[in-house]
Amino acid sequence: MNDGPAEVSKEADLFLEDLLSRSRASGYHLNPDTGFVRALIEGLLTNVKRYGYAACPCRLAAGRKEDDRDIICPCDYRDADLGEHGACFCALYVSQKVAEGTRRLASIPERRPAEGSRHRKNPPVAGISRAPLPVWRCRVCGYLCAREAPPETCPICKAAGERFECFLSGGTG
Amino acid sequence: MGMTHVDGKDRGALALYALSTCVWCRMMKGFLSKMEVGYDYVDVDTLADEEKARTIEELKRWNPKCSFPSLVVNGEKCVIGFNEDTLKEALGL
Repeated sequence: MNDGPAEVSKEADLFLEDLLSRSRASGYHLNPDTGFVRALIEGLLTNVKRYGYAACPCRLAAGRKEDDRDIICPCDYRDADLGEHGACFCALYVSQKVAEGTRRLASIPERRPAEGSRHRKNPPVAGISRAPLPVWRCRVCGYLCAREAPPETCPICKAAGERFECFLSGGTG
Repeated sequence: MGMTHVDGKDRGALALYALSTCVWCRMMKGFLSKMEVGYDYVDVDTLADEEKARTIEELKRWNPKCSFPSLVVNGEKCVIGFNEDTLKEALGL
């Protein structure tokens, strides 16, 4: 298997390029410390090889996709952490202020609930008259859309369709 | 449990629970080495299933969220996350 350092570095370059264009397009900022970002990307690539998906490199993945879906990068907790701490748990993503400034980052508290108290699925919000279509919410960026099924890819942040949850029930479903 | 020892000055029994892919964990190891402090560590993500499960249970007693890095100091307290100032204070550096 050709898996030498040169291959790894080329793969990391491509990953970084893709990440940069996607984050720019959706209004997110990567950590300006390139060495730091490269190290995280290597961790992400290790996890892709291990598990078949880009589980967060700073968290321990279970190795079962249904248990790890909330920590596939970008994780479900990124936006809340960007708002409160100016960085996601890994500090791969940072707020605009952090991206532009020189604030020294330290690691932040874990927002993900402990194993056993993680909810798999939110029950749809009740209390309003039934909508003609269900409303789907992207757990990564909060994008909402009313349609029979979630989109294949979030048009805003490009997360996979499996990252959507039913936010409002409606339609025939 | 299989911890790897890193030689250095004795600042008490330091057990570091880390992940091989985690950059904060790497910074924690780098900082301890820079300060020439001796410690033991385990990269939990690289353990085989049975030992991993056992190690997770052990860590949960100190840190129920089982987040990384977690540094258990003298079997008395646990420093969660990497923050140079917190670490210096906890280790009297």
